[in-house]
Amino acid sequence: MQNATYDIRPGGAALITIDMQDSPVNAMNDAFSVMLDEILAKLTADKASIKGVILTSAKQVFVAGGDVAKILQLREDGAEAGYAFVEGLKAQLRQFEKLGVPVVAALNGSALGGGLELALAAHHRVSLDDPKIQFGFPEVGLGVLPGGGGIVRSVRMLGLMKALPLLTEGRRLNPVQALEIGLIDELLTSKDTLIACAEAWIAANADATQPWDRKGYRIPGGDMFAPQNAGAMASFPSMIFKKTRGLLPAAEKKLNVAAEGTQVSFAAACEIESRGFAELLMTPPAENLIRTMFIQMGEIVSGASRPAVEGKNKVATLGVIGAGMMGRGIAYSAALAGINVVLKDVTVEATEKGRAYSQDLLDKDVARGKRTVEERDEILARIHATADMADLASCDMVIEAVFEDVGLKRGIFRDIEAVLPASAIVATNTSTLPISLLATGSQRPDHFIGLHFFSPVDKMHIVEIICGEATSPETLAKAYDFVQQIKKTPIVVNDSRGFFTSRVFSVFIDEGDRLLKDGVDPVLIENLARQAGMPVGPLAVQDEVMMDMLLRTFRANQALDAELDDDYAKVYEICGELCDTMSSRGRPGRSAGAGFYDYAADGSKVLWPGLADLFSGKAEMAHDDIRDRLMYRMVVEAARCLDEGVVNNVRDGNVGSILAFGFPVHTGGVYQFVRSAGVDAFMARARELAQAFGERFEPPAGFADVLDRATSLNRNA
Amino acid sequence: MPHAAIIYDAVRTPRGKGKADGSLHGVKPLKLISDLLVALQARNDLDTAQVSDVIMGCSQPVGEQGSAIGKSAALMAGWSDAVAGSQVDRFCGSGLETVNIAAAKVMSGMEDLIVAGGVESMSRVPMGAAAGAYFMDGELMTKTGFVSQGVSADLIATLGGYSRQDVDAFAVRSQQKAMVARAQGHYASIVPVRNSLGQIVLAEDEFIKSGTTIEVLAGLKPSFAKLGEMGMDAICLAKYPQVAAINHVHTPANSSGIVDGASAVLIGSEAIGEQLGLTPRGRIVATATVSTEPTIMLAAPAPAVLKLLARAKLTLDDIDLFEVNEAFASVVLRFRDELGVPEDKINVNGGAIALGHPIGATGGMLVGTLLDELERRQLKRGVCVLCVGGGMGVATLIERV
Repeated sequence: MQNATYDIRPGGAALITIDMQDSPVNAMNDAFSVMLDEILAKLTADKASIKGVILTSAKQVFVAGGDVAKILQLREDGAEAGYAFVEGLKAQLRQFEKLGVPVVAALNGSALGGGLELALAAHHRVSLDDPKIQFGFPEVGLGVLPGGGGIVRSVRMLGLMKALPLLTEGRRLNPVQALEIGLIDELLTSKDTLIACAEAWIAANADATQPWDRKGYRIPGGDMFAPQNAGAMASFPSMIFKKTRGLLPAAEKKLNVAAEGTQVSFAAACEIESRGFAELLMTPPAENLIRTMFIQMGEIVSGASRPAVEGKNKVATLGVIGAGMMGRGIAYSAALAGINVVLKDVTVEATEKGRAYSQDLLDKDVARGKRTVEERDEILARIHATADMADLASCDMVIEAVFEDVGLKRGIFRDIEAVLPASAIVATNTSTLPISLLATGSQRPDHFIGLHFFSPVDKMHIVEIICGEATSPETLAKAYDFVQQIKKTPIVVNDSRGFFTSRVFSVFIDEGDRLLKDGVDPVLIENLARQAGMPVGPLAVQDEVMMDMLLRTFRANQALDAELDDDYAKVYEICGELCDTMSSRGRPGRSAGAGFYDYAADGSKVLWPGLADLFSGKAEMAHDDIRDRLMYRMVVEAARCLDEGVVNNVRDGNVGSILAFGFPVHTGGVYQFVRSAGVDAFMARARELAQAFGERFEPPAGFADVLDRATSLNRNA
Repeated sequence: MPHAAIIYDAVRTPRGKGKADGSLHGVKPLKLISDLLVALQARNDLDTAQVSDVIMGCSQPVGEQGSAIGKSAALMAGWSDAVAGSQVDRFCGSGLETVNIAAAKVMSGMEDLIVAGGVESMSRVPMGAAAGAYFMDGELMTKTGFVSQGVSADLIATLGGYSRQDVDAFAVRSQQKAMVARAQGHYASIVPVRNSLGQIVLAEDEFIKSGTTIEVLAGLKPSFAKLGEMGMDAICLAKYPQVAAINHVHTPANSSGIVDGASAVLIGSEAIGEQLGLTPRGRIVATATVSTEPTIMLAAPAPAVLKLLARAKLTLDDIDLFEVNEAFASVVLRFRDELGVPEDKINVNGGAIALGHPIGATGGMLVGTLLDELERRQLKRGVCVLCVGGGMGVATLIERV
């Protein structure tokens, strides 16, 4: 037998140890299904002589999840294929349940998705009490649902009220939490006792059956219409809508499958679940989520945009110059990852303040019980605060995070390179200044690179790596490795004004301002932006980021344009104009208490009534036009980035747009947006918008071909 | 040419507080309505064998209110076996819906004498007891953009610019009018409720809150802010993106009260009235059913009345009095402003904010209340209208004869 071992224990139980050759997590792919068939055939043959069945795994995890490529394949094959697939899995799991001997899942590790479904089909679940072990249904993140009976069994085991949060939020529980809600039955401290415990249960429960297979069974907590569930059932749909805006159908579908399942027999509930899986499979968000958040993200994690340079690099000591908002956050992230940090600023006070930021965050963790005092101290000890550039001599990488001033930065590069070894990487956290321009201040431009972090650094997972003209593949590889070392997600872009993220996001803001200037009601602008899936409207975002800051960078870009004979700033010139208008009225944004919105002490905000004096707010415009202007503006700008070679592969743009500025995840990101709409449909609509509102909506000619070329699995050369 | 649908009588119980300590909590709903039928028979010396149907509105037709309660009521009241009965559910409009159905049957000449009205014991069979797909089926709720009616009322207030003070002031007016009406005996057609020993348990509406002031009301917390915050506001804004935020202004004090009660309206042809020696009190001139956008849910009264008037070929000026159910204060304020009807013609004896809204019964109660006041003032025409879940509206135009 491949992929699993089958041993009859002295006590008579059949011990099945799953050990998939091709997957470190025992993923439930076609080979897994074949293995289950073989196991079931053997168990059926041995039924009369075995006392029970124990399911366990030889890997770190029990069984963790499905095969994403398989799901995409099913989607291509169609809804019936999806339905047949989950019905097949259900049939296998049902066989375990109805075998006629007690079945125990001995959970030595995480059980996620289909793995948890397998565990639920057992009559009893025992788990190691290891806080790293996770149980949950992550399928909602893929845009589908657990079609192997996960919904039906968790509802019938736990009741609606306990099962629904687990199902609709994609939450992962540790063993203690799982025991608490009844997902698992027993916790054990030692791996050695796991099997013995299972055997003991088998011996004591020879007649084991599932609750729903017993006479008089009632769903715990009542069905969907039970009065005690009424309040929750009436609220769930709107709670889900608030999070998804109706753009991601999976959570809603899980709620409805779970609820409807309480009205019918086990078999009918299973069928409803299978149909739900098939329906979700065929939705655009399922394809978009899988392609971008799993396949393309997986490519990024495995280094598809990283040059094929041998050896994964580890930074031992990181220098951070500038202990301000960004620098202190970078220092924190690095220290957390075990890297020694030399945090430098002009004065010792400034650096101490920067270090204190890490102290604060760590103290909060200790207070919340998430970290021990020892761990906190160990992490803090890694950060060395100094005002002396010479202290950075031991760094193998230095990140500069000072003000966006070319002269200032160039001076720093000169100073730091005088101190660093030749092999060290010098990175700049600039968000606007061209890398190649800054690189002229470096003696070793091949070791120079952009590392654009996002604020707040501790929460934003993405880092935009920007390659200058002279940046070597080795430097890129080291930068890539460093970003992964601090557990963040790297996207790779080539040097160009605004890089990728700033450029594409700035046109969202610019278009919001244009709509306002065109007289569209600001309430509509903000609401329709959110309806389209943007987390925050363009006007609120400007207030957050602060318009005086935006104006400064706009002017800096204008100055650079003059210097470089470029016209980048034009791309968001209306934003520049309105930032000027608002700032000059003393309304630069949120931290001033006044921007497009008025901000109250309790954190609430209301659109400034005075806007009506500046902008009519009465212009008639179709809601679809308002929404599409905001979204297509970003996508067309992203298309230009691809066309110009700012990004080389769709993965960096898709993942980057979602993680850096909240481009709606249901679209799969800026390029998947085009694919999902259909390239022809996208081009037609973009041209329509261009005709009606201006050539900024005109997609680059030949974009379809560019998109095809950029959608490839090949590594970057 | 349709037959006239004459209102021969319209009776109602007083409304008891809809909780365990309410005066009618100890009286089963079947008895609430069957005793009204007994009273109807006595007041009109009615040969019950001539009544073809007892159509009862009830929004929670389960348990004590299940099984076609109209028929059960006829049997319980000892009426002739020849009387049929049924139950109708159009949510809050049920008690007027039955009046309209009865009117249509009589006008068409298919039936001669029908009792309409409704019953609702909210203390014994609470709201939600019969909640079905509309309130629980997530697929439907998402498709509809379902929000709880209180959130809808807050949306109406937001769109109409009605502040917390506006709705509270309206509530105070309702209470004041009701207190005067009760004290001065304007509620002529109330039949006191007796228990099974024959003792009067309630003779007057007990939900009215004397001593209500706007200051007291101002201290109450908005009832629907939490539901709104959890997600229902997001649903409202998705349908009404011109709204920046929902202003949650409704509280228990400016929303309809939860109460127990029943109503019965005797409707028949002119011929049967003559035959049985019945005295006409009014005539149903027109009826209307409308349905509108379900998220805002409660904005149908104005469209319903416009449809009603068009069918009757009358104008707003032809109407002397309006009974617009006070589901929530903003509903009536919107009706008033949308149609430009002077407030001194609307709910002149108070409304459901003060008296309570026994859901399935209210429509029939409004007919009785309206008729009492048309008679008291010797006025001619009145309109009853209720907002209804799902965006529906039900309206009836009556004339005093």
